[in-house]
This record gives sequence, structure tokens and C-alpha cells, in this order.
Amino acid sequence: MTTPTIESPKAPVRTHRSRFNLEAFGWVFMRASGIVLVVLIFGHLFVNLMIGEGVKALDFAFVGGKFSDPFWMVWDTLLLWLALIHGANGMRTVINDYAHNRLVGVILKGFILVATIVLLVLGTLVIYTFDPCPAGSPADLLPSFCGTVG
Amino acid sequence: MASAVASKSGPIAHGEVPTFPVTVIVRRFDPEVDSEPRWVDYDLQMHGTDRVLDALHKIKWEIDGSLAFRRSCAHGVCGSDAMRINGKNRLACKTLLKDLDVSKPIYVEALKGLPLEKDLIVDMEPFFDSYRAVQPFLIASSKPKDGKERLQSAAQRKIFDETTKCILCAACTSSCPVFWTDGQYFGPAAIVNAHRFIFDSRDEGAQVRMDILNDREGVWRCRTTFNCTDACPRGIQVTKVIGEVKQAILRGKP
Repeated sequence: MTTPTIESPKAPVRTHRSRFNLEAFGWVFMRASGIVLVVLIFGHLFVNLMIGEGVKALDFAFVGGKFSDPFWMVWDTLLLWLALIHGANGMRTVINDYAHNRLVGVILKGFILVATIVLLVLGTLVIYTFDPCPAGSPADLLPSFCGTVG
Repeated sequence: MASAVASKSGPIAHGEVPTFPVTVIVRRFDPEVDSEPRWVDYDLQMHGTDRVLDALHKIKWEIDGSLAFRRSCAHGVCGSDAMRINGKNRLACKTLLKDLDVSKPIYVEALKGLPLEKDLIVDMEPFFDSYRAVQPFLIASSKPKDGKERLQSAAQRKIFDETTKCILCAACTSSCPVFWTDGQYFGPAAIVNAHRFIFDSRDEGAQVRMDILNDREGVWRCRTTFNCTDACPRGIQVTKVIGEVKQAILRGKP
């Protein structure tokens, strides 16, 4: 009696996906941006609420001052973009996990995408076009320091 | 009372195992009669050495023979009797009644996230589908020399030792909230079994399996909620294993 021959198992299916897909990128982004955000957020809170007079120093002039300093403009831009995209991606995964209906999921994710883009554009515009003393405005609407600066 | 069982001094008299009353509430479902599952109470007198499986046996053999559940070896090896006991996925044969709070009823129901067939029996096919999808067999192009075995050092074996312990009971996969959502996610058990071969020095299919798990519904849907680690009756650190597979995929090699 001869030994039975066993057919070799089906050849493995080789998938030709690119190794770095969007989900993998998102996973890495969440971790990397998370670490950077810890520094950005606590730095932001420390400078705004603790240094000098602390929270009492927070007023229009303080914010105006920060928005005219390139260092803080870059800091706030990073904070805005990383926090918004990090949060939006987190919401996207929550929807992926909880929206059982495909259409509902697509609609909710659409809302998040639109909200994120609108907030990113508006926020970036504010950071880079903010002028505390716009020329030609009535004096009674301007903050008190405008006369000395401009 | 319990010390009489544990005591080593003197022989234990026959019948000295303490008994206590316990209420077991089973989520029954008969597809031919019920439209919805229903909870049914059973009042039992059980021994301190009894497990949840013994309580189910007592119900089936003495009270209601129509109770349906799976079990084969009844000693924590075959993985047939995974079920939800007081809201946690456990093997009924490894859960002692005395370790649960018997002053309150014990709730027993089928695994979540898999189609319910009858009483405590679920359709395991979706679970085995994702198990098959990761190709859980040795992929090797060469034959071992002189008809001998493929050699591997103890250190190489140790890397994937943890994941060889899986008994495919589905306790981890059916405890995963991401798996409950749409059933598209591979689930922890499939990733554990992929890990077992990805990190095996004798295997050549690591890249194929990592490509499969690098899918949209692959390892990246894991939210590290640790439900799977808590559920595993074999003590496999499932969430850690999934983390190792994520790292391997990012590295591009095991």
C-alpha cells in the first residue's frame, strides 16, 4: 500500500496593498500628535495662566500681544491643527465603532470633516490676519493701547 | 466550612464538601418558539467544588433537558464552553461557583457578537472565518534536511510561546467592543494566531500575514480596551500581543 499523497495547501494569497495605508498612518499620527500636544497644551496653559500675574493678565491686549509674536503664532497654529485633526480623527474612530448604519456613519463623518475644515481655516485666518488696531476704525471701539502702539 | 476541604490534617470525611444554595439565571433562546431570548431562573443546591459547568449540567440533567450548551473536555482545554458569566467571558468549566458572589444570582448567557443559535450556543463560523483569513499554518518553501525536524533555538521559540496557548474559545474576540460593531474586524483571536506564525523563525509567511492585518479592518481597529486580555482563560496577554503585531507591521518585519 502506498502512502497517500496530500495536496499542498492553497498557495498563500499575496496581497498587493501598499504597506503604509491610511489607518496605519492615522494610528501613528494619533500617538505622535498626542505627545506633541501634551507639550503644546501644558506650555499654553502655563504661559497663559501661571506666569507673571497669572489668569488676571489675560485680556484683549495679552492675546493681541501673543498674536503679534511669530513664536506664539507658530505655537498656536501647531496647537490648532494638531488638536483639531487629533480630535476629529478620534471622533471618526468613535463613529466607525458605534455607527451601525453605514449611511449614518458617512453623514456623521461628513459633518466632522466639514466642521474640521471650517475651524482650521477660520482659526488659521485669525492667527495670521489678527490686527488689534485696524486702521480707520472709530477710536471708541479700539482698545486703549492702540493710541500708543499705532 | 471551606477549611474542611482545604485542610491537610486528617482525612476528609465523605460528603464533607459544603453545599450552598445558588440561583443561576440562564438566557434561554429556542429559535423555534421564542422571538426574543428570555431569562430563566434555576434554584440549585451546589457544592463548594462545583463549577458553573456543573450547575449547567445539574439544570440539564435534573431540571430541564432542553437546555443547550457546548462542552467537550470540561477541563479548560478544548475551549467549547466559553460563555458570558456575570457579564464576563469565561470558560464555564474553569469558573468555580464559590469564586463568584453566590449570595446574588449568577447570570449566564451566550457569547456576544456572534449569531445566537440556541440557548448558550452561538454560530462560531464568523469567528473561524477570520481565523482562517490569517493563514494559521506553517508556510515554508524548503523541506527540512534529511527528513529531520526544523531546528529552532529555545530563545526563538520563547518569542511566540504565549500565543501557542490559544484554544480558540472565542472568549477574547466576543468580548471586543470593536468586533461587536460590524463583525468586519478580525478580532483578537485571529491576531493572536497570526502572531504565533509571524514571530516563528521557521515560518516564511510573515509578510503575507502582516499585509492581511495591515488592512482597514486589521490591527488598526484595536482600541486597546484590554477586554480580550481580561477574557482569555489561558492568560494570554492578548492586547500586548496585538501591540507587538502593530509594531511589526510598522517595522515591516517581525
